Amino acid sequence: MSHATITSGPRQGYADDASRDLILDLHRRMVRIRVFEESAGKLVESGDMPGFLHLYVGQEAVAAGVMSVLSDADQITSTHRGHGHAIAKGAEFRPMFAELYGKTTGYCKGRGGSMHIVDMNRGMLGANAIVGGGIPIAVGAAFASQYRGDGGVAASFFGDGATNIGAFHEAANMAAVWDLPMLFVCENNGYAEFTSQERHMKLTDIAERAASYGMPGVIVDGMDALAVRAVALEAVERARRGGGPTFIEAKTYRYFDHQGIKGMRIPYRDPAEVEAWKSRDCIRLIEAIGVERGLVSADEFGQVWAQTHADVTDGIDFARTSPDPDPADILDDVYTV
Amino acid sequence: MTTRELTYVKAFNEGMHQAMAADPDVFLIGEDVAGYGGVFHMFDGLLTEFGEARVKDTPIAEQAIIGLGVGAAARGLRPVCDLMFMDFIGVAMDQIFNQAAKMKYMFGGAVSVPLTITTAGGAGMSAAAQHSQSLEAWLAHVPGLKVAMPASPYDAKGLIVGAIRDDNPTIVVLNKRMLGLKGPVPEELYSIPMGVANVVHTGSDVTIIAMGRMVVEADKAVTALGEQGISAELIDPRTVQPLDIDTIITSVKKTNRVLIVHEAVEFGGIGAEISSQIQERVFDYLDAPVARLAAPFAPVPYAPVLENAYVPDAPRIAAAVRRLVERS
Repeated sequence: MSHATITSGPRQGYADDASRDLILDLHRRMVRIRVFEESAGKLVESGDMPGFLHLYVGQEAVAAGVMSVLSDADQITSTHRGHGHAIAKGAEFRPMFAELYGKTTGYCKGRGGSMHIVDMNRGMLGANAIVGGGIPIAVGAAFASQYRGDGGVAASFFGDGATNIGAFHEAANMAAVWDLPMLFVCENNGYAEFTSQERHMKLTDIAERAASYGMPGVIVDGMDALAVRAVALEAVERARRGGGPTFIEAKTYRYFDHQGIKGMRIPYRDPAEVEAWKSRDCIRLIEAIGVERGLVSADEFGQVWAQTHADVTDGIDFARTSPDPDPADILDDVYTV
Repeated sequence: MTTRELTYVKAFNEGMHQAMAADPDVFLIGEDVAGYGGVFHMFDGLLTEFGEARVKDTPIAEQAIIGLGVGAAARGLRPVCDLMFMDFIGVAMDQIFNQAAKMKYMFGGAVSVPLTITTAGGAGMSAAAQHSQSLEAWLAHVPGLKVAMPASPYDAKGLIVGAIRDDNPTIVVLNKRMLGLKGPVPEELYSIPMGVANVVHTGSDVTIIAMGRMVVEADKAVTALGEQGISAELIDPRTVQPLDIDTIITSVKKTNRVLIVHEAVEFGGIGAEISSQIQERVFDYLDAPVARLAAPFAPVPYAPVLENAYVPDAPRIAAAVRRLVERS
C-alpha cells in the first residue's frame, strides 16, 4: 500500500538553468500550435473547411512542456481538443490540414477529421472524441511498454470534465495498482464545455483525486511551459524507473469558445476572466524569459512566428489542392484483411 | 484412431494454452482469470504455465480492462480481455464500439486492433436478467467488430485461436450451458477463421439456421424430424459478424424453407438480418415465409419454469419446422 502526496508546482529554481535551446524548443512548439489553431479556426468559420473545431489556443504550454520530455517512442492519447497535442508531438501541418479538409493526403485519409488526428510514427495514438475515452487506451500503451520492457511511457491528456467520468477512475486505479509507466495529464481549463468547475465538482484542486489511487499528484501552472516541463520530467523519470504513474493537474485556460473561435456565443464566462488569463499568456511568458536573460533575441522569436506562418500557408495550400477521397473506397479499412 | 473427446470448456482452455504458447505477444487479463482460472475455469492452468506477466487478474473495471486491451493491441500485442458475463459488456461498451471497432477506420487504416474479448452468454441457469443475455446482435451491428459463437467443443478451440490470430477486435461468446458438453477435439493447434459457416447436417426439406447453444437444440430436433420423415439441413454460422450468407443462400436454394433459431430476443435479432438477406437474394426460391424462433421480447426471467418457456428448445424447433413443411 502506498500513501500518495499532493505537491504544488515544480522545485524551486526550476527555470533557472533553462537553456537557449530549451526555450526555443518550447517556444516553437507553442507558436506552431497557436498559428495552426488560429488559422484553422478562421477557415472553419469562413466556411472554407468542413467540420467543427475545438481549439487549443491558450493551453499550449501544457502540450509543449509535456511533449518536450517525451520521445517518438513514447505514446500519447488525446482529446477532442487535440490539435495541440499532435503538433507538439511532432505532427506535420500538411497532413493535419489535409485531414481537416477531408482529403486523402490527411493523417486519416479524410476518415477522421479534426477530432481523430493520429500519427503512429510520432507516438500520437490518436485524438478521441469521447470524453475520457483515450485514458484507458493510454493505460494499454503503458502496459505494452511494461510488457515488452522497452522503457517507453504513455501520457494521456484530458480535461477537468473528464475526471468526472468512469473511464478516468478505472484507468487511474489500474495504472496505479500495476505501476504502469504513465502520466495522467489533466488540463484544467476551468470548464467542462460550458459548465464551470465549481458547478461540476466539489474540489478546487483536481490533483487531490490522485491520492485516492495511491498516485502522486502535482499541481502546476499550465501557462508556464518550463514549469510543466519540470514536473513532467520528474514524472517521466519516475515512470521509466518503474515507479508508476503520476497525475499532473495543469491549471490553464482556453481563450476561444468550447468549439470554434466565437462558438455559440453563450455568455458563460466573464470577459474579465478571459482577459486575466490572456495577460499571463504562455508564449509571451517564455519570450520574456528568453529576452530578459539574453538567451534569445526578439528578432529570433519573430523569425519563428514568420516561419510558422509560412508553414501554415504551405499546409493549407497542400490541403486545398489535394484530392478528395473516392466514395468507391468507403468500405476500405473497416477491417484489417 | 478415434479423435479424443473434450468438454467445451476444456477445448477452449486448450486453445488458449496453445495460442499463448505459440505467440509471446498474447496475454490475458480479466477479473479472476489468473489465480482462480476464471469463474467457469476457462483459463485454468494459464497462470502456472505463462506466469503473472502474461496472465493477470484485474480490478473490477470493465472499461479499463477493454481500454487496456485496445491500447495494447494498437501497440501490436494480442490481448485477450475477459468480460466474464456477456451482460457486463454494457459497462465497457464505449471502449468496444467507439474505440476498438472504429480505430482502424477513423484513423485511415493507420492502426489495427487485434483484440480478443471473451465472455459467456446465454440463459438456462437461473442466473436472471443481468447474467443471462444474448447480445450478439448489438455487437454485430457495429462496423469493425467480429463476433464468434462457438457451438461445439471443436469450435470452442478453433474459434478462440482464430479470434486471437485475427487482426480485428473479435468477441468470442461462449455459452454457459455448454461448458460440460463433450465432443471430438484434435490435439494439435488449429484455427477456424471468422466468417465460415458449419453445415452441421445436410438435408433437403428445410434449412435450420441456429446460433450458439441453439445449434445443440436444433441438432436434437433434426434427429427427431428425421424419424418423422423430414430431412432438415442445419447451418451454424459460427460467426454472426462476418456472416457467411453464401452458405445459407446455397442451402435455401436447395430446401426452399428456412427456420432461424436464436436465444436472443426475436425483435432486432440476427434472425431479422438473415431473413431479410434471404428474401432479398432468393425470394423466388421460398415456398414459405422465413420463420424465426427466438426469445420473447422480455428480459431473461429467473424462475426455471419461466426461463424454460423463454429459451427455444428442441421440441419447439421441431414443431416450428413441421409448421413450415405443412404449410407448403
